[in-house]
This record gives sequence, structure tokens and C-alpha cells, in this order.
Amino acid sequence: MMLLWLQSDLVHGFRHAPLAVVSALVVTLLILAAVFAPWLAPHNPMDVASLSLLDSFKPPFGMPTADPANPLGTDNQGRDVLSAIMYGLRVSLLVGFCSILLAAMTGGAIGLLAGYAGGLVDAVLMRIADIQLTFPAILSALLIDGIIGAMLPRTMRESVQIYVMIFAIGISLWPGFARTIRGSTLIERDKDYVLAARVIGVSAWRIALTHVLPNVLGPVLVVGTLGLGMAILTEATLSFLGVGLPPTHPSLGTLIRFGNDFLFSGQWWVTVFPGLALVLTVLSINLLGDWLRDALNSKLR
Amino acid sequence: MLQVASVTHRYDVSRPWLHRVLAGEPRQHLTAVDNVSFRIEAGETLSLVGESGCGKSTLARLAVGLHAPSEGTIRFQGETLSSVRAQPALRRQLNMIFQDPYSSLNPRWRVRDVIGEPIRVFGLAADRVAQRRRVETLLLQVGLAAEDGEKYPHQFSGGQRQRISIARALASEPAFLVCDEPTSALDVSVQAQILNLMRDLQHRLGLTLLFISHNLAVVRHMSDRIGVMYLGRIVEIGPADEIFHNPRHPYTRLLLEALPDMTRTGRPRNPVGGEIPNPIDPPSGCPFHPRCPLANPRCTREKPALLLHGKTEIACHAVEEGRLPDQLCANRGCGQVACL
Repeated sequence: MMLLWLQSDLVHGFRHAPLAVVSALVVTLLILAAVFAPWLAPHNPMDVASLSLLDSFKPPFGMPTADPANPLGTDNQGRDVLSAIMYGLRVSLLVGFCSILLAAMTGGAIGLLAGYAGGLVDAVLMRIADIQLTFPAILSALLIDGIIGAMLPRTMRESVQIYVMIFAIGISLWPGFARTIRGSTLIERDKDYVLAARVIGVSAWRIALTHVLPNVLGPVLVVGTLGLGMAILTEATLSFLGVGLPPTHPSLGTLIRFGNDFLFSGQWWVTVFPGLALVLTVLSINLLGDWLRDALNSKLR
Repeated sequence: MLQVASVTHRYDVSRPWLHRVLAGEPRQHLTAVDNVSFRIEAGETLSLVGESGCGKSTLARLAVGLHAPSEGTIRFQGETLSSVRAQPALRRQLNMIFQDPYSSLNPRWRVRDVIGEPIRVFGLAADRVAQRRRVETLLLQVGLAAEDGEKYPHQFSGGQRQRISIARALASEPAFLVCDEPTSALDVSVQAQILNLMRDLQHRLGLTLLFISHNLAVVRHMSDRIGVMYLGRIVEIGPADEIFHNPRHPYTRLLLEALPDMTRTGRPRNPVGGEIPNPIDPPSGCPFHPRCPLANPRCTREKPALLLHGKTEIACHAVEEGRLPDQLCANRGCGQVACL
């Protein structure tokens, strides 16, 4: 089975797409760097006791007063920028993955229901999706974040902010998944294998979950990968605007916002390197998603 | 075993509500099956033949209860289909084989799960081991190997997939099978194998078949009785021998004449002229009159009823009025008396 997978068209095509290979490599490295940040990072940026103001604003390598211990320099509190990026990436990727998972599950369930049930259920659910699609995802995320923030007591906000972000971004991205799954479900539900199950009296729920669902998951992979880049960017934007993750759990967006204050006083590295990390992450994820979409879409081949 | 009584089935082919309202259109219906009645006795094979779009497949789906008829009733073992479908013990006896072996097997399921599904649904095996053993028996019965159960459908050819389909249909231990063009998607060389397998299984298991096909040669091989359909109606139904040797409805004659014949290659042919009419807007009177060489003014006004003539029932004014020539070919200048 494993051998079959390795010989499949997808893997063959992958090895002949240099851009996809490079993107996959970069994504893997970034994920590894984020996951193993506590062991790989040269410093612990969360440990306030280890910070010294004497170390503040050290320039990155290549500059006259650079310190090899801080290859990407330090910020205004003497925090190592490289370590901060690794920890920030951890938060960004965590929020990205979790919100996409949430979006895929809610969107997938709604799409499957709409596609298989059809009729009025389909019409109502898809109109709701259409209405939400008229707002940019960032706006709906901002709205949801604002509503939940207003409902929670002030003291709780900071500790649960990461879950609020995951929820807000996840909910703002469900229509894409719902539409994709609904489309594939409409195709699958009239195929003869579904009729064969209906003839012997298998229940609609069971058919939807055991017959249709496994056959409509392919496109979700594409929407999910492209959505992951979108989710990370949404989170970074919200954090940059100051409504996202607090400085106690800085994501890449939070780091960029803080560094932004020093851009015009000459300490460009505090904001540029987190910015580059964000661009690299989202770009490689999107390139991978683009390739996946083309590879799974037989019409383009 | 199966009684179909004056069954009509209409599909709603209207455009979406908003379009209809904006354009001021009424709802549109397509009558796929129009007032069809027949019965199938236990152990026999009834075949329904006709061109694409004549309502054969709709009738097949009605017969297993996938659609509920708009009018009329279908009874299986004396009970209405809706009550049959509510009782697993009766529902089990009705199963179906589909046309396209590429879409009728779930590509993500192993063959043993595909064939095992009816066994599981109806609780026909005591445990997993018994189920596995039953699946292996079924695989052997349709001419595949017991180990094939571990494979996925894409690892099989069209003919083998149709064997898997047959095994799945037999897994529920049915008494009555509806076969919706089971060989039309297969290579000619494989068709014969599948048909022989089905006949063999029918004799061994005492199955009753409703066999749907557009291919008269296939039908001849399988049937005890044949029904010829045109535009949702049965135009001639009777014993297979009668239909083949003494066809009387002009449409049946034209269909038979289109069959290739080894002994008379190069003979002039009289293909059925014209297109099958749009079923949303069927012709008045006899639906076949625009294409019929024997049509007269009565045919354009009055729908012919299905009446018994000898052993076959025929819906044709020309037959009823006795103005049917002995052989249609002779009538059209073919020159041979026993052309058919």
C-alpha cells in the first residue's frame, strides 16, 4: 500500500515540480523550527528574568556591532529576535492550523448536509454562505472577535484570546469549505454506488458519512492548504492592528507591530525579520496549495 | 411476484423558482413513464427494451422503490412497495444491478466491504468471520478469487467490476433482481460472459429478473418475455419467441430490422426514421405516429390501448384494425417475404 502511494501520480508529479519541492521543504523546516522552538531557539524570549536592557537593540549579523549570540539582533528589551520569531511562528501556525481545522469541520459538515439533503436545506445554507462571503474574512473575524471580547470579563480576555482568535478565524473561513464539499457531494450523491446503498435501505446519514464523505475529501486538502495561508495572514493582520494576540503570547503579527515602532529610529531588524518570516511561511504554503490544486485537477493536466 | 399497475412517473424539470417567476413560466413536467402495467411471475425474466430516453431506467428505479410513482401502484409479493421498503425481511429480496460498473462501486471501499454491506445491513451473518466467509463464497460464485476481496475496485476491469456488482446484489439473498443495462458499458466479448453468468445464477438461485436493455441481441439471450417501450409507454409485450418471430407493432418491427444479421449482410436497411420526440411535449394520439409508416388520422388523435392479440399485448390502431401488412419490409420495397 505504501509502495503504491509512492508510485502514485501525485508523488511522481511532485518530484517533477521543483517549486513544489522547495515550498514543501521550506514549510517542513518552518514547522519543525516552530514545533521544536523550546529546544532549538538560542534564547527563551518568554523568560523575562533572562532579559537585560543592556542587550537591547543589538544589530543583526553583518553589522559593525553585531553579537554572534543574536544572529538577527535584539529588540528594545534585549529579546533575541530569532528566538522571538521561532516562538511567534509557533503561535501563528497553531492558530492557523486550528482555525483551518475548525473551518474545515464546520464548513465540511454544512456542505455535506446541503449537498446531500438538497432542496430547501441546501438553498438556506448556501444563501447564508453567500452572505458571509460578501464580507472579507478579516471583517467577519474582527466582528466575531469583538463580540466575544465584549462578552468576556476583562481579566479573562488575555488568557483565552488565542482560543477566541482560533474561533473567530475558523468561523470566518467556513463558506469556502462548505461550497467545495457541497459541489463534490452533488456529483457523488447521484452516482450508482449511492443508489446501490439506498436500494438496500442504508440510512441517509450513514450514506452521507460512509459513502459520500470519503469521496469528497480530496478538494478539501486544496482549500485547506490555501486557507491555511489565509488564516495565518488574517491572524497576523488582527495582531498587527492590536486586536489579535497579546504581547504575552506574541505571534508574528504581534512582533511586527512592536517592531514597527522602531522602524523609523533605525532599528529595522526588529520588524523586518518577523515580516520576512511571515512572507516566507505564507508564500510557501500558498505555492504548495497552488501546486496541489493543479495536481488534483485532472482537467489542467 | 411483481405487479405494476397503471404506473405513471413524472419528473419536475422546471427551472429554479426565481427564473420561473421572472419569466412567468409555469412548472414543467416530464412524463418518463406513462400508464405502464405489467406483471412478472416468479422465476421468469421480463426484459424491457427501447431507445434511450424511453423511460426504461426510470421504470427500473420505480421497481426497486428508489422513486415513488406519481400515479399507480407497484406490488411485490402482494404488498405495496412502500410497505416492502419498510420491512427489512422483504426489502432484502429486492435488489438491483447497475449499468456503469465504474460508478456503481465506491472507489474508497475494499471489495469485501462493498459486497459485505448488504450482509451487514440485513444482519445475514452471525459475526465478522461468517461475513468474510460469505463474501468469499460470493466472489467464487461470480467467478472471482476469494483473495480479490482485499483489493479496491480500481484494480479490476469493467467486466470484473460488473461481477463484483452482481456479487453485491446477490449478497442480500434476493428473490428478485432488477438489472439496468448491466452489459451496455462492457466490451462485446465480456458482455457474453456476464450474461451467461447471470443466466447461470438465475437458474441456480431461482431468481426472477427484470432486465432492462436497449440491445435486442442481449435481450434475446436472456428473456422469457419482452416488453418494448416507446416514450414512456409499453407498445408491445409478450413471449420472447412471439416478439422475435412474429413482431406486430411497427416500432418493434423497425427495431428488429435494425439488428445485424450474419446471413444477410449488405441487405438494404430501413432504419427507424426521425428522432425520438421530446418527452416534455409528446405527440398527440399514438406517440409513435410521427415515425410510423402505417400512421393514419386516427393515430394522430387517439392513444391506442394495450390490447391482447394472440399471446402478445399490443398498443397499435393498425393491428387493432387489421390493416397491418404481413411483413413491414415487403411493404417498404425490401422485396423479401420473410425479411425478419
